[in-house]
Amino acid sequence: MRIFKNLSLLGGLGIGLFVILWALISTNVIDDYSLQILCMAGLNIMVGLSLNLISGYTGQLALGHAGFLAIGAYSTGILLIAHVPLPLAIFSGALITAAFGFLIGFPALRLRGDYLAIVTLGVGEIVRVLIINLGDLTGGASGLRNIPGFAQNIMVNNPAAFLWIFPAMFLSVALVANLIQSSHGRTLISIREDEVASQAMGVNIFGMKLMSFTVSAFIAGLAGALYAPFIGYLAPGGFDFLRSVFFVIVVVLGGMGSLTGTVLSGLGLTFLQEALRSNAKAWGTAVTGLFGGGNAINLDPMSQVLFGLILVLLMIFRPEGLLGTKELRLTQMFRRGAR
Amino acid sequence: MKPLLSVKHLTMQFGGLRAVQDFNLELQVGELVGLIGPNGAGKTTVFNMLTGVYEPSEGTIELEREGQTEVISGLPPHKITRKGLARTFQNIRLFKSMTVWENVAVARHFTVPYNLAQGIFRLPPFRKVEEDVRREIQDLLAIFKIDHKADWRAANLPYGEQRKLEIVRAMASRPSVLLLDEPAAGMNPQETLQLMDLIRFVKDEYKLTVLLIEHDMNLVMGICERLLVLDYGRTIAQGLPAEIRSNPVVIKAYLGEDAVHA
Repeated sequence: MRIFKNLSLLGGLGIGLFVILWALISTNVIDDYSLQILCMAGLNIMVGLSLNLISGYTGQLALGHAGFLAIGAYSTGILLIAHVPLPLAIFSGALITAAFGFLIGFPALRLRGDYLAIVTLGVGEIVRVLIINLGDLTGGASGLRNIPGFAQNIMVNNPAAFLWIFPAMFLSVALVANLIQSSHGRTLISIREDEVASQAMGVNIFGMKLMSFTVSAFIAGLAGALYAPFIGYLAPGGFDFLRSVFFVIVVVLGGMGSLTGTVLSGLGLTFLQEALRSNAKAWGTAVTGLFGGGNAINLDPMSQVLFGLILVLLMIFRPEGLLGTKELRLTQMFRRGAR
Repeated sequence: MKPLLSVKHLTMQFGGLRAVQDFNLELQVGELVGLIGPNGAGKTTVFNMLTGVYEPSEGTIELEREGQTEVISGLPPHKITRKGLARTFQNIRLFKSMTVWENVAVARHFTVPYNLAQGIFRLPPFRKVEEDVRREIQDLLAIFKIDHKADWRAANLPYGEQRKLEIVRAMASRPSVLLLDEPAAGMNPQETLQLMDLIRFVKDEYKLTVLLIEHDMNLVMGICERLLVLDYGRTIAQGLPAEIRSNPVVIKAYLGEDAVHA
């Protein structure tokens, strides 16, 4: 059957890609800066996947995934500072986030559509405000500092992070893909298509939504858990509403209900955001230079404007996203190439 | 003989409006009963109470299952379906972007014997079960002669086959009672004839008990063994199709006072 072929293909692709990337990293073709962005892209893809599961496949719009990311990151960060071993701290971070998702989902998933979006948005903000106000635990507004990294030596932290993040990202793709292509996954899609019909076919729609939301929280939490030792410093400002919106853009751009779409758009948007950020500074200096120097104007917020523009253009010309609900399949490409 | 489904004193109150009042019904195994009435009489409300979409304000619904009588009123819809009451919808509610076989597979989900972890990690018996399910559905689709379209998206089926797929999907949950809500709505006479054959076929083939709501009198009079007539939420008549056809109360409800004397 097609599903099983795809699975072994996915595994092969993952290992192949990993070997190639690792070769490029060790020969310094991918420099440390690019590697850092690549790792960031991996984490963004993970959160994108998790959001796609609940919003793209299950049809429940969630706007608070930065909150899940924050919970995973802070839990792991705090555990690492308390000298908990790295694997245990990362796994605990993901589990704590999943538990949190379950508790939030229990009341919130009884709501439909817009109401769920508003509640998740609110919860995301509450998480951020709590982090700011629980200063003793989280470092408050000034952030959580000196989180032990993946490697003892800070100079090789990025390659060490890659060794964790890339497999985690690939496992997340496999996890969501397997879930979607199972009987449970079919019920999730049926909920997106028609809730009333779905429950009339014997589907416990609340239970399945809660499952989807919890798995989603787990993956987003895992991304957060990997983020803490990767960056080494957590500030609550990085987990605001705009961050949640960024993940929504990743999913919408790639296509609600397309895993490969999320992977591509997550990678593309992370690099685009970084390009805008670094170039914005240069452009800002250039602009102020024209008026006789002085402090550089911060043009970084322009990236948000551009993202907004991308979204508007997307909605006009391709509302279903780049890939819609389709997947890029290697088998397809080979078949096309053979013709 | 004990009835398969017995509905007693069912009432649905929406604020000040009694949509259905004191509705009683007993269905024997293998019966094909029609529920008719003018627009707004409360037929779909009765269906929604039977399937758990609405919780009845008063009354009970009992289902005979494995030699025991179970009260099913007040249960959520998915539990009622699992006990053996399946339905179709007046306005087609297929999972449009899913394929034909996936539509049917959703109704099989609650009997699928692998859990979430076995599904995600592809542990046994996942593979075998998936292949069995696919084969079983293929066989079911073959019986209804749409197996060659198993991989079509449901939205791309012609109208008549979408109606048919709704019935097949309901059948996949292995019901003892099948509730059809206006199955002939929007069909031409030719399609309606085919539908009548189909309903007779499922009823005989699976020894099903069928309750159907319908406006198409040709269909109702043609296949129903017994009819109930609702008007303004009350049961105004019941009996054989021939009796109903000449019942002055029914004619009055449908056509007005004058028609009775005309």
